[in-house]
Amino acid sequence: MHPILADPRRLALYLAAWIPLVLLLAGVLASTDDFTWIQAGELTLPLAAVYAFVCLSAWYLCHFLPLRTSSIYYLLLTINAAAGLSSLIWAGAVGWAVAIGLGLEPQYLRQRPILFGAGFLLFDLAAAFHYALIALESSRQAQERAMQAGILAREAELRALKAQIDPHFLFNSLHSISALTTSDPAKAREMCVLLSDFLRSSLRMGDRERIPLSEELALARSFLAIQRIRFGSRLQIEEDVKDGATGCLVPPLLLQPLVENAVTHGVATRVEGGSIRIGISRTGGRLAIRIENTFDKDARRGRGGFGLANVRKRLEACYGDTASMEVREAEDRFRVDVQLPAETEAAGAAAVAHPAQRKGD
Amino acid sequence: MNTIRVVIVDDEELARQVVHEMLLPHPEVEVVAECANGFEAVKAVAELNPDLLFLDVQMPKLDGFEVLELIGPDVAVVFITAYDQYALRAFEVHAVDYLLKPFDGARFDAALERAKERLGTKMPPPSQLAAAARPPSQYLERIVVRDGPKVDIIPCERLDYAEAQDDYVLLRSQGKNYLKQETISNLETSLDPARFVRIHRSYIVNLERIAKIEPYTKDSRVAVLGDGTKLPVSRSGYARLKELLGEG
Repeated sequence: MHPILADPRRLALYLAAWIPLVLLLAGVLASTDDFTWIQAGELTLPLAAVYAFVCLSAWYLCHFLPLRTSSIYYLLLTINAAAGLSSLIWAGAVGWAVAIGLGLEPQYLRQRPILFGAGFLLFDLAAAFHYALIALESSRQAQERAMQAGILAREAELRALKAQIDPHFLFNSLHSISALTTSDPAKAREMCVLLSDFLRSSLRMGDRERIPLSEELALARSFLAIQRIRFGSRLQIEEDVKDGATGCLVPPLLLQPLVENAVTHGVATRVEGGSIRIGISRTGGRLAIRIENTFDKDARRGRGGFGLANVRKRLEACYGDTASMEVREAEDRFRVDVQLPAETEAAGAAAVAHPAQRKGD
Repeated sequence: MNTIRVVIVDDEELARQVVHEMLLPHPEVEVVAECANGFEAVKAVAELNPDLLFLDVQMPKLDGFEVLELIGPDVAVVFITAYDQYALRAFEVHAVDYLLKPFDGARFDAALERAKERLGTKMPPPSQLAAAARPPSQYLERIVVRDGPKVDIIPCERLDYAEAQDDYVLLRSQGKNYLKQETISNLETSLDPARFVRIHRSYIVNLERIAKIEPYTKDSRVAVLGDGTKLPVSRSGYARLKELLGEG
């Protein structure tokens, strides 16, 4: 549908834009001495009213000959041919008829070239106007799409966050608490507290864009403390966390799924258990997180593809090309390396303020 | 009343402790072993011949279903797990009961009661259990074989061929032979038909191992494997082979 005809408000604006053009044309005709101002007005007004609608047809040309993809010669040829043709009909046939009606035929016949030239220029002008309109429309659509994409990404992120807390982890932990209530009540209470801490902080993280890595690390530690009670000596934990790295801002629940993956698909698959190593460091503007764990190569239960894929998707949504995630398997070691921009409080706030723009890059 | 001999299998010590504790009020029950993984469980069942098994599903190396497949029909099994999605499968393999972690004493006692009723009744042979234990519409990725208390795991890609031997199948993998109590037809249905083909009444072969097919008699052929082993190919087996290889 024609963007101007479809909208009465736009049509009114378009017609209003014709008023100065009509005045200009009448002025030109009046200055030839053949017409008085009144006569020039009487002639141009009905003519312009017709032509304003004729020029709307330029939209169809512009629509089928997009500026970006059409050959410029073909485009100029087509539009100018259309301009010539419509002007010829307008100035020649319609103009003549109106002039006869007004009893201005001889004057009209003398000044016909002016009308023809004006018709030609007006049509070209209309074509240019329509191209501008189309460009405006498509940029507005692109913006809308980018915004839509931003909203979708955010929804996906929230869904992902909800899926992060594995219900089986909860049930198994509750079962351990149930075991401890008789054998070691103090430890049972400790585990209740750990589990509550873990749940509280993971639920709270869902509605935040970025959190300090130190909070994320605390969450991973409480998760591991719970798993240590479940797995006992089968689970060994090493940490190598460099000062200055934990102040960086990261998307919530970035580290925890990696650690969880290391436990459930790594250490838990081995009869003799194994170790998890968490390495965090910052070099200049880059933050590096490495989670390394022992795993059973022959274990059938996959490699925890889901949790890792989730982290990868979220990194992509938050950082685009500026973050990376690499997974490596060697012998009985499984390693995940995540690199991302080291955002601090101020820079992070700026990034959060324009999420849609960053995603549109 | 006869003593009921019980084995507890769970890779988490605390989980074993819960079962142990809930068995305390039952003097007729004796815990003869606690196992932290599937291998230990298979070994304990072979050596101690218990009546009842409390069996975790998620364990390293061998999961609960594989343990069940290996230990045969004489032991009653109560599954214990935090995952409810295995319940249906558990009853398909004739588990006595299915306890969801965490559970209370009353629920546990009910499971024990059911187990007592079941004791002494025979379960179907393990080959049928194996088929039921496999998740539907999924082919085996590995085959578990028990030799006394010892368990071997053969990933399917390392299986060269299988040969029917009465009630058993002989499995050939990496120069070694394994015997498993299963019919060759049963094994055939569990294996991926795109990778394994029944070339003969008594043989299933891994397609990747076939080096060439040679004529033998007027009506039959032999498949020569990469290591020189020759296996008979029947007429219908050759037709199946041609169909599979022709498509490739």
